[in-house]
Amino acid sequence: MYGKGIIKGLGVTLKRFLNTYLDDIAWWGRRYYTPEGIAYRSSKDERGVFTVQYPEEKLPVPEEFRYVPFLVYDEGTDGKKEVRCTSCGICAKVCPPQCIWIVRTNDPQTDRPIPEPAEFYIDADICMNCGFCVEYCPFDAIVMDHDYEIASYQRNVFNMEKLLKPASYYKSIRPLNYALNEAERKAKEAARAAKAGAAS
Amino acid sequence: MATPVSLTGTAHTETLDLASRFPGAVSADTRPGYSGWIVNQDKLIEVATTLRDEFGYDLLSHVTGVDYFPEKMEVVYNAYRTTGGPGILFKVQISRVDPMEVPSVTPIWPGADFQEREIWDLYGIKFTNHPDLRRILMWEGFEGHPLRKDWHEPFYEEENKPLKSRWPDGKFISSEEKNIFKDNLQFPQNFDPEKAVFDGEEALYGALAKYQTVEAGIKTDHVIVNMGPQHPSTHGVFRAAVVLDGETIVSLKPVMGYLHRNHEKIGERNTFLQNMPYTDRLDYFNSMSNNWGYSLAVEKLMNIKVAERAEYLRVIMAELSRIQNHLILIGMLLNDLGAFFTPALYAFEERELILDIFEAASGSRMMCNYHRFGGVSRDLPEGVLEKIKGLVEDRLPRKADEFDRFLTENEVLLSRLKGVKVITGEDAVRYSITGPVLRASGVPYDIRRAQPYGIYDHFDFEVALRHHGDLYDNYLIRLDEIRQSLRILQQAVKQIPDGPINSQKPQYQVRVPAGEAYGRIEAPKGELGYYVISTGKPNPWRYHVRAPSFINITALEKMCVGTKIADFVAILGVIDIVLGELDR
Repeated sequence: MYGKGIIKGLGVTLKRFLNTYLDDIAWWGRRYYTPEGIAYRSSKDERGVFTVQYPEEKLPVPEEFRYVPFLVYDEGTDGKKEVRCTSCGICAKVCPPQCIWIVRTNDPQTDRPIPEPAEFYIDADICMNCGFCVEYCPFDAIVMDHDYEIASYQRNVFNMEKLLKPASYYKSIRPLNYALNEAERKAKEAARAAKAGAAS
Repeated sequence: MATPVSLTGTAHTETLDLASRFPGAVSADTRPGYSGWIVNQDKLIEVATTLRDEFGYDLLSHVTGVDYFPEKMEVVYNAYRTTGGPGILFKVQISRVDPMEVPSVTPIWPGADFQEREIWDLYGIKFTNHPDLRRILMWEGFEGHPLRKDWHEPFYEEENKPLKSRWPDGKFISSEEKNIFKDNLQFPQNFDPEKAVFDGEEALYGALAKYQTVEAGIKTDHVIVNMGPQHPSTHGVFRAAVVLDGETIVSLKPVMGYLHRNHEKIGERNTFLQNMPYTDRLDYFNSMSNNWGYSLAVEKLMNIKVAERAEYLRVIMAELSRIQNHLILIGMLLNDLGAFFTPALYAFEERELILDIFEAASGSRMMCNYHRFGGVSRDLPEGVLEKIKGLVEDRLPRKADEFDRFLTENEVLLSRLKGVKVITGEDAVRYSITGPVLRASGVPYDIRRAQPYGIYDHFDFEVALRHHGDLYDNYLIRLDEIRQSLRILQQAVKQIPDGPINSQKPQYQVRVPAGEAYGRIEAPKGELGYYVISTGKPNPWRYHVRAPSFINITALEKMCVGTKIADFVAILGVIDIVLGELDR
């Protein structure tokens, strides 16, 4: 019969249309603007409308989500910022679009480098969010952020002031990675202590 | 089934000895790490004809140039058999003094057409007897040949990354502070942009079939229509100059390069690892597959094995990527045909779910940057494997069937697609077309079977095949491939072992021994290959991408001539081009 295919196809559309309302009734009041509603709408069982009403609703980002990196500092006992970065330059070397600029600090007396960056820039307009700097940083000093809303009217060149964020923030956005890093660090320190103990 | 070219030389695979067949004209390439044959350029046509007709190398996979600065230039040819098995690599060397000339192989393999134009454009090697040797990616009037080693781009700082200005004394300078109209933009001498007139357009229209005044009672004339560069059906900035007789296409020339960024030059400046995120940006729908081709080539050079679990992860990600690519193709094809956005958005729904998995595994939805040499960058987080299982065992098969019900028998779709010839199997092979378009015209050539890479030999699946080579078959084969991919995925998620995800220690600068390697995979759009040459330094000497979109488009004129202008839109839709890859 001519036209059967079209009717069959329209059946699919009609089913989808009705499912949207059936779903709304089944999830009465919880389908929109609630975390479980959003999770449901991005799960395999979803049947009706798929849309997430950004910016009122936001999809939760997975832990591995990566956006322009930031620098981590530990909060010292007297509230001093202990920057983890030693300005070794690995991130600047591995960066594919070469958007990381680091000025190393030199000791004014001896003129030898001391492990602390004097200036640290990331040109966020050039950054391609690849995550290499984080992957290869030996000190867990640089971490990919989750904050993706950085649109602005100016160029986004981030300096130290803008880049430094506390370790507690790192822990809050990436709990698993943070725990992993801490465990590795503890193991390293323990090994070092054991070595020192054996030597003395 | 349309068997393209009779094969007589299958038994010669291992014993093929070109040097004794052509004494004095062909010699084995004995440079360390290299393979294949070096052919004397006067004998090139003869050798190529023999390879095709006698030994059955009917598919010219890619042609590219290499600049061995300062001594010589090389043109590299890589041919395969559509019946499967390893290919043959042969090269022509010429001294690096202009004018450089090499005979064109387009009479033997017409698929070399655009690639030879590209080599002319980027290396300045002239191909004698080429039917239409114009620049292809750069514009007419551009001075220089950018892939030559002595050519420097604006904002040039150093030959290779990492740049010395970034560390240890990296005082930030924005590139905008360097005035681009003074010393960072190169113009030919005495060039005045206000007065310049380029001969490119004339050359383009001259290359089209000539105008004719047809006498049929009334005086009629052919019309030139420029489809694009900004046209919704071209899926990006792609332009086709079309000559029309009424509604029928008489002649057509694609114009490309609007998105050209000289990906390969960037790749030669980068270190080996730094290229990985750049490959994401070629075919931006399938970064997972793009990564794979490149890591395959470099792993061949480094001679390392990939961790078992990583192999499975690679398969899972690549097949998911293929599914979403084909879904989008079907959706957007219907969009082009006038079914405004309903099928496209149904397809986008499934794609979102697949991208969620990519995001959870790699950290990014589209620019995954997932592969590392020897494995992958991250293991699957908790719960993601269950999510994949839910998709491939429950939702996606259901949705594939729904698409089938929704579209396949639709009378409007049938009348637009059925019987509109895209290309025959013979022509598809001659024009080096690969991927679903080739398989829809009856040639069962799939690299996953023809020369398995990774662990594809572990899985039970069929090479999707359709025989008519019309638009409708090109649509159906996408659904077939989605189902086959689901079959592979269902096996992969069951079999995936535990274990490490990388066989190598993570290091930001890998040591790659000198030599050449070609890694190719069956990407959703066709054969995606990377030809990489290492000199033992941290940066590749040559990094060439065999982009399926670019090579499949070579036969666009062949496909379109004789069809209606409205079908051009559908044909372009099923060839499945992505401009990020086509223009590179």
